Amino acid sequence: MNETAKSYDRMVKKASPGTKSGKTIPSAFCIGGLICLLGQALINIYEHYGAASEQAHIYTLLTLIFISSLLTGFGVYNNIAKYAGAGTLVPITGFANAIAAPAIEFKTEGFIIGIGTKMFAVAGPVIVYGISASILYGIVIYVFGLH
Amino acid sequence: MEYLKAFIIGGLICAIGQILIDYTKLTAARILVMFVITGLILGGLGWYKPFIDWAGAGAVVPITGFGSALAKGVKQAIEQKGPLGILTGGITGTAAGISAAMFFGMIAAVLSKPGEK
Amino acid sequence: MPQKIGKTTIKTTQMPSICAYAAVAGKKEGEGPLGKHFDILYKDPNIGQKSFEQAESVMQKDAVNTALKKAGLTLADIDVILAGDLINQCTSSAYAARGSDTGFLGLYGACSTMAQSIALAALLVDSGALTKAMAVTSSHFCAAERQFRYPLEYGGNITPTSQWTVTGSGAALVGISGEPPFIKAVTIGKVQDLGVKDVNNMGAAMAPAAYDTIKTYLRDTGSEPRDYDLILTGDLGKVGSLLLIELLSKDNIDISGNHKDCGMMIFDIENQDVHSGGSGCGCSAVVLCSLILSNIRQSVWKNVLFAATGALMSPMSVQQGETIPAISHLIHFTN
Repeated sequence: MNETAKSYDRMVKKASPGTKSGKTIPSAFCIGGLICLLGQALINIYEHYGAASEQAHIYTLLTLIFISSLLTGFGVYNNIAKYAGAGTLVPITGFANAIAAPAIEFKTEGFIIGIGTKMFAVAGPVIVYGISASILYGIVIYVFGLH
Repeated sequence: MEYLKAFIIGGLICAIGQILIDYTKLTAARILVMFVITGLILGGLGWYKPFIDWAGAGAVVPITGFGSALAKGVKQAIEQKGPLGILTGGITGTAAGISAAMFFGMIAAVLSKPGEK
Repeated sequence: MPQKIGKTTIKTTQMPSICAYAAVAGKKEGEGPLGKHFDILYKDPNIGQKSFEQAESVMQKDAVNTALKKAGLTLADIDVILAGDLINQCTSSAYAARGSDTGFLGLYGACSTMAQSIALAALLVDSGALTKAMAVTSSHFCAAERQFRYPLEYGGNITPTSQWTVTGSGAALVGISGEPPFIKAVTIGKVQDLGVKDVNNMGAAMAPAAYDTIKTYLRDTGSEPRDYDLILTGDLGKVGSLLLIELLSKDNIDISGNHKDCGMMIFDIENQDVHSGGSGCGCSAVVLCSLILSNIRQSVWKNVLFAATGALMSPMSVQQGETIPAISHLIHFTN
């Protein structure tokens, strides 16, 4: 064959259709925006019933996580995600979906090995690197007395 | 007005995620890690709190809010417990979210079965 | 005895043929353009089983039994089953063959396995080593998805070059019956790797393998593309097919007039949301064991080259940053 990996790579790039960003970016914006809009409504409801601002934020996140887990269980979330792209990935609902989805999927392998160990198969890195980075941050502000 | 702000700011953060998906080879997991770390840095610099005050749910709901909660948790824990807070702060600050996602995810798994797309 | 006519091209001498064949498939495949050609369609992705992997075994059993029924035979009349699938260690095939009093050879050639199993069956029968051999392969969308990609319920993103794993199984009974479709010759493929790393662009990874095998066969037999009514590839999809035609055209081999791809035939690509097309062991198997073999039997086509293609990576090799090696085996069917 005359092709090298390099020349073939050029051919592949030419033959492969790109993502239709004209469609994906607006839909990510709209659906992501709508989820945040729902979040704002929840914050207002919780504040209306007397929760302090910070408490209202946490209750809102919990509610969204609950809704997302529920929709994932009904097999609806991934169907919205097909159109939403990052719009359902970036909000906290995407995090809940990333935890519920493998749990449901690997239920076939049992409660311990299946659900228990596979639950963080997708979202694990977010927690591992999030917490690790927070520890590094803690060391920095402690050592330099910035707290 | 606050609804409009939540919609536009939240939507814009998601649109940035979509741009990363479309124009880079980054996987979803990498993008999420980047967003969390970004939130943590902004939170650490003290910039995320005013952002939340201004954009409301538009700043709270995206996963960057999770990152800022990590930073806030560490800071508070160090103030209360000293050096031990370096280790406990991150999880404490995000405990509600992580526990809820785990518990609801588990319940969802118990109650439903995997299905076709 | 089979006769070697090139380094990896072998001609048969006893005219082995496909005595009977059957294809079974899932709901989405049934809604596709070839839906009416399949023998059994399943509505439920679980097919009444506890797991998708078990469901895949049921499909293989059903495909084999349907083919046997058409031939008026039972499993006891078969010497050896040559079977393959995509699931870890070829388990769907092994569990499907469990309990049968028949020889079993588990094969792995990823999505090229149908060509691999028919080629081996034909050579074994042609040499007189076996009288009747069953070639069968399967794939299951849900089972493949959870092994190779993300959990089904996860809202991860799929790029437009990715392909949709076919839920289905095809079985072909190889023997000497004097009836077409005959297996005239086979070319065993070589592993090709042009450095494609993107698992969501398998067609691009596999096109060089199909290119090499088709070119090898044409050279070894001194034939040209126009000598064939159809040059059928396994599951290159839209992207891979474009690349194959381009690679061959650079060597002045023009197949654009008579090339078709199983991955593009099985689904309505525009309306069934399958991105670049179908894929999986079951893809080329169900297309071959329905429309294609029927048309050869009825003399619609007299000479067909069937080059199934397979990507030979694993989730582990991809995570370790390896490129994707690919293979393509070719079978020349005649009427």
